[in-house]
Amino acid sequence: MQHTITVLVENEFGVLSRVAGLFSGRGFNIDSLSVAPTNEETLSRMTIVTRGDEQILEQISKQLNKLIDVIKVIDFTDGSAIEREMALIKVSAEDDSRAEVLRIVDIFRAKIVDVTPKSYTIEATGVPAKIDAILELIRPLGLKELVRTGPVAIGRGAKGWKG
Amino acid sequence: MKLNGARILLECLKLEGVDTVFGYPGGTVINLYDELFSFKDIRHILPRHEQAGVHAADGYARATGKVGVAIATSGPGATNTITGIATAYMDSIPLVIITGQVPTGLIGNDAFQEVDIIGITRPCTKHSFLVKDVKDLATIVKKAFYIARSGRPGPVLIDFPKDVQIAMTEFAYPESVDIRGYKPTVEGHPRQIEKAVTMILASKKPVIYVGGGVVLANGADDLTALARKLGAPVTTTLMGLGSFPENDPLSLGLLGMHGTYCANMAVTNCDLLLAVGARFDDRVTGKIATFAPDAKIIHVDVDPTSIKKNVRVDLPIVGDVKGVLARMLKVVGEQAARVNDFVKDLAPWRDEIEDWRSKYPISYKQSTSVIKPQFVIQKLRELSDPDAIVATDVGQHQMWTAQFFQFNKPRTLLSSGGLGTMGYGLPAAMGAQAAFPKRQVMVICGDGGFQMNMQEIATLVQNRLPVKIAILNNNFLGMVRQWQELFFDKRYSQTCMELPIDFVKLAEAFGAKGLRATKPGDVETVIKEGFATPGPVLMEFKIAREEKVLPMVPAGASLNEMVLNA
Repeated sequence: MQHTITVLVENEFGVLSRVAGLFSGRGFNIDSLSVAPTNEETLSRMTIVTRGDEQILEQISKQLNKLIDVIKVIDFTDGSAIEREMALIKVSAEDDSRAEVLRIVDIFRAKIVDVTPKSYTIEATGVPAKIDAILELIRPLGLKELVRTGPVAIGRGAKGWKG
Repeated sequence: MKLNGARILLECLKLEGVDTVFGYPGGTVINLYDELFSFKDIRHILPRHEQAGVHAADGYARATGKVGVAIATSGPGATNTITGIATAYMDSIPLVIITGQVPTGLIGNDAFQEVDIIGITRPCTKHSFLVKDVKDLATIVKKAFYIARSGRPGPVLIDFPKDVQIAMTEFAYPESVDIRGYKPTVEGHPRQIEKAVTMILASKKPVIYVGGGVVLANGADDLTALARKLGAPVTTTLMGLGSFPENDPLSLGLLGMHGTYCANMAVTNCDLLLAVGARFDDRVTGKIATFAPDAKIIHVDVDPTSIKKNVRVDLPIVGDVKGVLARMLKVVGEQAARVNDFVKDLAPWRDEIEDWRSKYPISYKQSTSVIKPQFVIQKLRELSDPDAIVATDVGQHQMWTAQFFQFNKPRTLLSSGGLGTMGYGLPAAMGAQAAFPKRQVMVICGDGGFQMNMQEIATLVQNRLPVKIAILNNNFLGMVRQWQELFFDKRYSQTCMELPIDFVKLAEAFGAKGLRATKPGDVETVIKEGFATPGPVLMEFKIAREEKVLPMVPAGASLNEMVLNA
């Protein structure tokens, strides 16, 4: 079972290693991790995608909460959050494939952010499944390099995380 | 008035009520030690190794319930503390460890005696701080002590760079601290507690399973009162020993791998298990699938991560163990009639337990020619003060002590349960003796573990700490040898300590008294003389070499699959 967990932490050095070390030390998986400061300068927000059975996911939340620098842990269950991921994709684009790449970019409402005579760099945003889908179509055309941010998530509805 | 960082640290320690610290000087703490030279409110004890310093602070903390404090220099001083810190972490012992660090400007440069101690200790501390600015120092110390002693206690490390020790600032100690990411749940949920009592009163075969959390929370009296009111049998883990008097008829003794037959059978057959301040360690549960298979499990613990980590739980109660027990006691008290019926209805269960107890009591075969280790431990109990403090090392002697010493008071057994650290006993006893100069403090150890920190006899002699050292010498690393005998066809790979050391001469070389017993008739004489001699005394007992700790649940087997005779 894959889960997206949001972790609000003190914006201090060493916090990332405490969180990452917790996962490695206890044998928990991290599928992706993204971190950046928030609107409050003393707070950073992590979005972690992890997997495990119910008991493991419960332990992950509890163990994260136990870290002194962790202020809040939100385990988003299906549908309770908006998730978005961004990918930058460098693809070969010569002759015939140039038009094909543009068509795919158009269909996925992605953007070309860098162009050379031999390549395009695409910026694509969406749920992780959408990124997977565009990659599947781009790959046969000559995928040269890929970077994904990992998803970030925010709860649906009017309430902020503080309630 | 402005003070330097070193002085501020000492003032903070004093305000936290610290009277004794265990530390070892070095280049990056030399400024701190210079301040200490003229600071008369704190007693400093110099061990002969930083590991022993941390174990001593740990022994001090376990015996007193206060936060233990240890100091080490950067680099090798800091890395030497790690076994001590990990030992305390596994057993939830409140410590504050202060390590020197190279000046802030040099951090990360691979400077002389630099090590990333925050990084190295991250998995074995409750939290850690690097002091980068002297202005933050007082608040950091306040936070460190608060974190170490509250919630589930544990060791906290403060990494203290040399330039911050020299830097000056106005000193003001905060009265309290608020850490937004750290709000331990102290009060157990009242409805959950009521539910727990209802579940208990509906049971026919209850067992109370008690861990070190009861000792740490000072909940022994509440636990004892509750168990007696309910007439429910109590089994303790190694860490829980002393939280329920073992001379009480309701005591089943130790459970788990080397637990008593009646405790393990009672847990396997119970219909309700009330786990208090215990964490279902693999040495306690044996095979999880067959652990208390028919029982409803109530788990009381201050640490939510302990709950449902290893076993299913029917009713969790997160909160301070003492408070929860006190509230349970109150709820039980409000239904006296029901409780009376409950206690009466437990008669068949108590009979069943007494059958198990009489069938296979904890026992050993006495000998007239060779000293049995269990006999030594019984004699040590018989001839020592009722409130004597006993530290152990790790191995066979530790289990024999747990089985035969009979602990009736909390904080009288100091033992490394979680990490299982050989070399722990002697320095831990040293720390306890520093806290209680007038009480009888002894360490029971094997010849293997003793040799891991035997240099500390020097510290005992220098500081006039009259610890009595009992070495059960079988010239073997006995517990590993026992496993090799039972599970590896007696292939004693590297477990025989071939060299016969003259421990009596060793003690004398340090300026301590040494005594030796080689036959059963010597045991009482040696113990009496040892206890009567002022100052540290080493008592060596040459014991039956291949004596085993029994019963034994083989690793991975069910609790009711005990090896009783082998």
